[in-house]
Amino acid sequence: MKLPADLPAGAASRADRGLAIRLRRRAAEVVALSEFFAVYGSLINFAGLNALLALSLYVPLSAGQLSLGNAAFAGIGAYVSALLTMRLNVPFPMSVAAGGCLAAAVAMAIGAPVLRIKGIFLAMATLAFGEVVRICAVNLSITGGAEGLIGIPNKTTAVMIYGALAATAYFLTALRWSQTGWSFASIREDETAAMVMGINTTRYKNVAFILGAFIAGIAGGLYAHLNFIITPAEFGFSAEVQLLIYNIVGGTRSVFGPIVGALILTAIPEALRAAGVTAGPLRLGVNGLILLLVILYLPNGLSSLFAKKR
Amino acid sequence: MISGMLLEFEKISRSFGGVRALSGVSFGVQAATIHGLIGPNGSGKTTLMNVVSGLSGADAGRLLFDGRPIHRLRPHRIAALGVARTFQNIRLFSGMSCLENVIAGQHLMGARPLFQRLFRLRSANLAEMKSLADARACLSKAGIAGRESAPAGSLSYGERRRLEIARAMALKPRLLLLDEPIAGMRLREIEEMESLFRSLVASGVTILLIEHNMPFVMRLCHSITVLHFGETVMTGTPGEVAEHPEVIEAYLGGKGERNEG
Ligand SMILES: Nc1ncnc2c1ncn2[C@@H]1O[C@H](COP(=O)(O)OP(=O)(O)OP(=O)(O)O)[C@@H](O)[C@H]1O
Ligand SMILES: [Mg+2]
Repeated sequence: MKLPADLPAGAASRADRGLAIRLRRRAAEVVALSEFFAVYGSLINFAGLNALLALSLYVPLSAGQLSLGNAAFAGIGAYVSALLTMRLNVPFPMSVAAGGCLAAAVAMAIGAPVLRIKGIFLAMATLAFGEVVRICAVNLSITGGAEGLIGIPNKTTAVMIYGALAATAYFLTALRWSQTGWSFASIREDETAAMVMGINTTRYKNVAFILGAFIAGIAGGLYAHLNFIITPAEFGFSAEVQLLIYNIVGGTRSVFGPIVGALILTAIPEALRAAGVTAGPLRLGVNGLILLLVILYLPNGLSSLFAKKR
Repeated sequence: MISGMLLEFEKISRSFGGVRALSGVSFGVQAATIHGLIGPNGSGKTTLMNVVSGLSGADAGRLLFDGRPIHRLRPHRIAALGVARTFQNIRLFSGMSCLENVIAGQHLMGARPLFQRLFRLRSANLAEMKSLADARACLSKAGIAGRESAPAGSLSYGERRRLEIARAMALKPRLLLLDEPIAGMRLREIEEMESLFRSLVASGVTILLIEHNMPFVMRLCHSITVLHFGETVMTGTPGEVAEHPEVIEAYLGGKGERNEG
């Protein structure tokens, strides 16, 4: 981009002067934007990945299944894709896809026994699964133990993250009006009624679980190739709960709820830091307060605020 | 198989712990008729309906639908044969609007493919228009056309029952199981339901009806089975049932005790 000073000297007429001013303004904007990205680029990336992860949990939630295993599925995606690129030189897109597929395969294997369990017990069972995955990552040598994997090539870009987020959101919106989406919604509302209207509830619960795991696995792969280093602790209990909080705060009545929840809750602590609030606990406390207020006053999440106005 | 029977119970038994909810129940339901199922509270009527829809397995006996054994099938398989039902304690999708409830009930009608939707093909729109039109028709048959976009949770008691019937009709069933469909309805609503059930039967649907409102049962049903402590007292026409001494003693006499379960 040419800087404003390099504009043609013969720009004498009024029209030309107007153009010059506009160009100058435009250039300033571009500079400001790139500066903004330099400062907040990683925040923007992580917010997008968190939104993608929130969507991965939204899928089983939309079928009434409270799963707390999605951070573990993200972990599987992250480790598998990182190992494929680092050890086997597999091209980046393929290794990310493979991570998603393996996470989905694991979900398929554990879904059959685990999805017989309902409600809070399902949450506990999937949480236990997450712990197993974490302990495996800590104890295996190929995953680098507790220190994790270091030196993962940096391949993920903001465009990829937001492209994946947009594609997922579009897919899930279309899914909502399909046979599968209606089945998810029916099961969530009343599983018995869903059964007697001909819905194979076992099958659709598994579909939701596997699809969620696949999205989580993809997000994990993108995360690994953004971050240079991954450790087992990042995919543990607090990450699981974080994903649930994004969904609760944003609301699970539409695809946009979890996205809004994740973007806002990721951005607020950073915005507060920029505003001069440096105490970490205070910044996170604001998120806790938002969660509390939403639970008390907005049972369908922040996105219901926008829905009501329409 | 007796010709013309859509549903046949053959010595169906079911216990819950020590409670024998059903013991050796046998009777047949003629196709395209309304068959009443009456009996005092706790006599096993709902349990029998649960056996038909596959929600509750039978411990012993056989159940034939259109000559085919169905007592080992899972609920969605039985529904796929054309069996729809409502529940005594109403099970609506209360987070959805009335119209959405009925659309959800169209699961077995197919025609909601993801692929067309994803690529915004015209066929997706056409399928959707048809599904909408069908759903609206069900709502208007059940007499709640005006409440299309109302959340199901906001309906009156009678409207909820009617919405549940509309949702069951969305499946275009051959056999419709109704568990106390007019409980809590006002007189005008009851009359509307009566003509709805008659028109369904005229179009070939078979109805198995549990109801405590005896005048309603007597004027609507072609045949009636009386249950008492999980056993069939008798099966016959309304006239025969009304004259049976055991029925008068066991059921008609105890009319004042009925409650909502
Ligand atoms: N899931 C269950 N677990 C234990 N006992 C049950 C169960 N379902 C029904 N029962 C028992 O089986 C018997 C029959 O119950 P059922 O609900 O079929 O009666 P009903 O004829 O529908 O009565 P009502 O007119 O009150 O609706 C009752 O004694 C009931 O307590
Ligand atoms: Mg009952």
